Amino acid sequence: MNSQSQFYLHTRIPSTFYLWWSHFKKNKLALVALVVFVLFALTAIFANIIAPHDPTAQFTEFVHLPPSWYDAGQTQFVFGTDYIGRDLFSRLVLGARLSLSLALVVVLLSSSIGIFLGVITSFSNFWLDALIMRIMDFILAIPSLILAVVIVAVIGPGLPNAIYAVALVLIPHFVLTTRTAIRQEKNKEYVTAMILDGASLPRLFFTTILPNILPPIVIQLTFAFSTAILEIATLGFLGLGAQPPFPEWGTILSESYNNFMFASWTVTIPGLAIFFTLLSINLVGDGLRDAMEIEKK
Amino acid sequence: MFYSISKQGINFLASFFVLTLFTFALANFFPEKLAFLYANQIDQSLMANHGTNYDLVEPNLFNSYLFYLQQLFDGNLGISSVRGTSVFSEFFTYFPATLELSIVALLFAIFLGVPLGILAARHKNQWQDKSVVSSTLIGYSMPIFWWAMLLVLFFSLWLGVSPVASRIGFEYDISPVTGFMLVDTLLSDQPYSLEAFKSALHHIVLPSVVLGTVPLAIITRSTRSSMISILNEDYIISAKARGLSPVTVLWKHALRNAALPLLTIIGLQVSTLITGSLITESIFAWPGAGKWLLEAVYRRDFPVIHGAILAIASFVILTHFILDLLMTYLDPKLRRKK
Amino acid sequence: MNLLHIENLSIDLKTRSEPLSIVDRFSIRMGEGEALGIVGESGSGKSMLAMAIMGILSPKMTMKADYLSLDGEDLMKMEENDRQHYISSKASIIFQDPKSSLNPCFSIGSQLDETLSTHGIHTRSERKEKILSLLDSVGIYQPEKIISLFPHQLSGGMNQRVAIAIALACKPRLLIADEPTTALDVSIQSQILDLILELNKRDNVGIMLITHDFALLSENTDKIGVIYSGHMMEHAATKNILEDARHPYTRSLLNSVPQLGKRHTKGSRLYALDGQIPAIDKLPVGCRLGPRCPKAEKQCVNPPILHSIANHGKVRCHLADLKEQSSSKKNNHSVSGG
Repeated sequence: MNSQSQFYLHTRIPSTFYLWWSHFKKNKLALVALVVFVLFALTAIFANIIAPHDPTAQFTEFVHLPPSWYDAGQTQFVFGTDYIGRDLFSRLVLGARLSLSLALVVVLLSSSIGIFLGVITSFSNFWLDALIMRIMDFILAIPSLILAVVIVAVIGPGLPNAIYAVALVLIPHFVLTTRTAIRQEKNKEYVTAMILDGASLPRLFFTTILPNILPPIVIQLTFAFSTAILEIATLGFLGLGAQPPFPEWGTILSESYNNFMFASWTVTIPGLAIFFTLLSINLVGDGLRDAMEIEKK
Repeated sequence: MFYSISKQGINFLASFFVLTLFTFALANFFPEKLAFLYANQIDQSLMANHGTNYDLVEPNLFNSYLFYLQQLFDGNLGISSVRGTSVFSEFFTYFPATLELSIVALLFAIFLGVPLGILAARHKNQWQDKSVVSSTLIGYSMPIFWWAMLLVLFFSLWLGVSPVASRIGFEYDISPVTGFMLVDTLLSDQPYSLEAFKSALHHIVLPSVVLGTVPLAIITRSTRSSMISILNEDYIISAKARGLSPVTVLWKHALRNAALPLLTIIGLQVSTLITGSLITESIFAWPGAGKWLLEAVYRRDFPVIHGAILAIASFVILTHFILDLLMTYLDPKLRRKK
Repeated sequence: MNLLHIENLSIDLKTRSEPLSIVDRFSIRMGEGEALGIVGESGSGKSMLAMAIMGILSPKMTMKADYLSLDGEDLMKMEENDRQHYISSKASIIFQDPKSSLNPCFSIGSQLDETLSTHGIHTRSERKEKILSLLDSVGIYQPEKIISLFPHQLSGGMNQRVAIAIALACKPRLLIADEPTTALDVSIQSQILDLILELNKRDNVGIMLITHDFALLSENTDKIGVIYSGHMMEHAATKNILEDARHPYTRSLLNSVPQLGKRHTKGSRLYALDGQIPAIDKLPVGCRLGPRCPKAEKQCVNPPILHSIANHGKVRCHLADLKEQSSSKKNNHSVSGG
C-alpha cells in the first residue's frame, strides 16, 4: 500500500549552469544573438586572416568606391572604400578585433576592481562602507560620457586613456550590483547556518555566497561589455579615443561623417556593425537574465 | 518625513562636497593651473602675511581648497582661456539650450514610453508586447551618433522635411529672455514671432527624437516590467472584482503604483540625457552646454572644462535631490510615517 | 431559487501546446443565504473557481460552462461589460492577504468611496455617511479616524475588516472568502470568521468559505464541498460529511485535522495521505485520487462520476455506495496508510 513512496527516482540533478543553459536555449532570439555574437568574436580573433587588405592601405584609384552590390562596386572591395580609398571591409574586420578586445580589457579591469570594492563594502564597517559608497554615488552622479571626456581632456586623448576613463565609469555599477546582492544574501538563514558552522570569511564568501550572487554579476558583465563597446566607439567618434588612421569603429564613423551625404555606405555599414554587436550582446544578456530568473523561481 | 528629508539633504550636501573635492583635484591636475585659483590668493593672503617672501610658504592645500570653495560660492569660475569671457556667464548662455532640448526629449520619451509600456504589459507575450520589447532593444542598442546620422540622412537629405542644424532658421532674430527658444519666440514682439516659434519647433524635432531614443527604450521597458507585476497584484484583481471600470483600474490604480518606480527611472535619465546631449549637440550644431564642453576639450580651454563639469554635475546632483524629495512626498509609506 | 447555480464549469490554462485543465466540469448549487465551505489542498483549483465566478480570471485562463447563474441571471448570456458590473453588484470576494488586496497608494476612505460611487451612490455626503456605517458594521472602532489612513498603517486584522467593508459596499448577495483568515494571527482569525458568519445570519448573505482547513468549516457551514485536483469529490451537508464522509479523500482530510483535549492521545500520529496532489500536466488516468488513494481498486482506473447518494449528498467515487464497509472502517480510523 505504501510501496510507491519507498522508491526514489534516480535522476541526475543537473548543475545550475546546465539549467541556465537549458532555459536559455529555449529562447530562440537569444540563441540567434549568441550565434551572431560568436561570429563577431571569431571575426575579431581571425581578423588578419579574414581581412583582404591592409586596413590603412590607400588605393588612390578607388576613392569612395561603393559596395560590391552596387553597379559601380567591385568584388575586391566588398563594402566599398572610404574617402582616401581604404578598404572598408578590412577596416571593419580589424575594428571588430579592436572594439571587442578593448571592451574585454575594460570589463576585466572594471569588474575586478568593482567586485573587489563591492565585497569590501559589504563586509566592512559603517565608515569604510559609507566612504566607498559616497565616492561611487558621486561617480554615478556625473554623466558617464562627461566624466570620460573630462578624464581624457586631462590626461590627453588616445586609446589607453579612453580605456581608463570607460573602465572608471563602469566600476560603480559593479560595486553596487555586488553590494546589493551580497546584502540580500548575507542575512539569509543558510548563510547564518554556515556562520554557526564556523566557516571562515573567505570560505563563507567563495563557497556560500558567491554562487548565489552570480546571476546579477553575470548580467552586469554583459551590460558592461555592451556599454564599454558603445562608450569606446563614442569617444572615438568624438575624436577623443582612438585616433585616425586606427580602424576603430567610432573613429571610422567620425572620419566618414563629413562625406556621408555622397558616400552613405561609409556611415551605414560601420554603424550596422556596432549596432548588431550591441544588439547581440544585449539580447544574450536579456536571455541570460530571463533564464536565471526562471531558475530562481 | 523629517528624518528622510534631512537624510536626503545630508546626502545632497555630501555629494556636492565630494564633487568640489573632485573638481579641485582636477584643477590641480590640469596641465595649466587655473589662474583664478591662485592669482588672488597670492595677492591677498600671501602678500599680506608674508610680505614679498614667497619662498617661505608652500601654498597649503587645505587653505587653497577653502579659497577655492569661496570662489565657487562667489560664482567665480574663472575666465575662458580662449575667449576671455567669464565661464560662469557662458554656462548660463549655453545651458538653457541643453535644458530645452533635454526637456523636449524627456517629454517625448515619457509620453510615448509610458503608454507603450502599458500596452505591452496588458498584452504580455502577445504580438503587441513582442514588437514593443524588440523595438526597445533596438533603441537601446542604437549608438546614438549613428542614429542621428541616419535620421539626418533620411529626413533632411533625402526627404528634405527637417532642418539639419541649429535651433532656429537664420532669418529670425530672437533676443534671448529665458534662453528657451520655444518660449523666447513667443515672448518676442517681432511681427514674425509665430513663424519663428514654428521654425524653432521644426528645428527641435529631430534632435529631441535622437536624444530621447535611449530614455524612451528604458522608460518603456521599466513601465512594462513594473506594470506586469502590478497587474498581478491582489489589489488590482480585487478592484476589478469590485466592478471598477477597466480604465479606472489601469490608469488610476495600476499607474499610480507604477509611478514611484517610474519616477526613479526617469530621474536616472537626467544623466543619460546629458551624456546624449554631448553627441546630439555636436551633430546638430546645437549651441548647448554639451557642445560648449566638447569644444573646450578640443581647444584645451581648461577653465571652461573645469566650470562645465562642475556646473553640469551640480545640476545632476540637484535634480536627483529634488526628485528624492518629490518621491518622499508622493510615497504614502514615507509621507505619513508617524 | 438558487443563489448560485453552476453546471459543468471548466477552467483551462492556455499553454503553447494543449490547454491544461485546472477545474474540470464543476457543478454546484447554492441556496439563498447558504454558508458553503469549499475545502481542498493548495493547487486543487479552489481559488481559480472563486476567480471564475467573480469573472476575474487572468487572461491566461479560459473558462466555459453549460450554465452559470448568479442570483437568477445567466452570466454566460451577458455582454462582457454588463457581466462584470452585474457580478460586482451581486457578489464580492475577499482574499487571503489583506495587505496586498488593498491598494497601497490610496487611503482607506478613497477606496471605499470609489467602490460606492461605482455602485450608484452619487452624492459625496451620502457616501461619507455610508463609509462610516460600513466601517462601523465590520467592527471598526472610531471609523472617522481610519478613513484618511493608508493600508500600511493598519494591522492585518484591521485591513481584513476594511477589505470586508469594501466587499460589503456593493451590497452583495454572495460573499466569497478565499482563505480569509490564513494570513492573520490566531487571535484575530476567529474575530474575522465571526464577522463573516454574522453577515450570513444578519443580512442573509450567501457565504462561500474557501479554505484548506477543515476545522474552520465544521461549525460554521451548512454544506461542504471537497475539491481535489479540479474535481468535486464530495458535496454534502456539513453534518453528513463530518459524521459519515463517503469519499476516501474527505476521510483522510478529516483524519489529518489535529484533535485537541480529550480526543487527543499523546504519542498518536497525525494521519497524512501519501504523495502529492498531481501536477496539472501529469494527471493520472481514471480517478484523480487514484495513485494516492488508500482504498483504490482496479475499477478506479475508470473515471468515477459525481453521483447522488441517498440521505447524504453527492460523491465522486466508485466505492461510495458500499456504505457498510466504509463506515465501519472509518470508525476504526483504519484508513490510515502507515
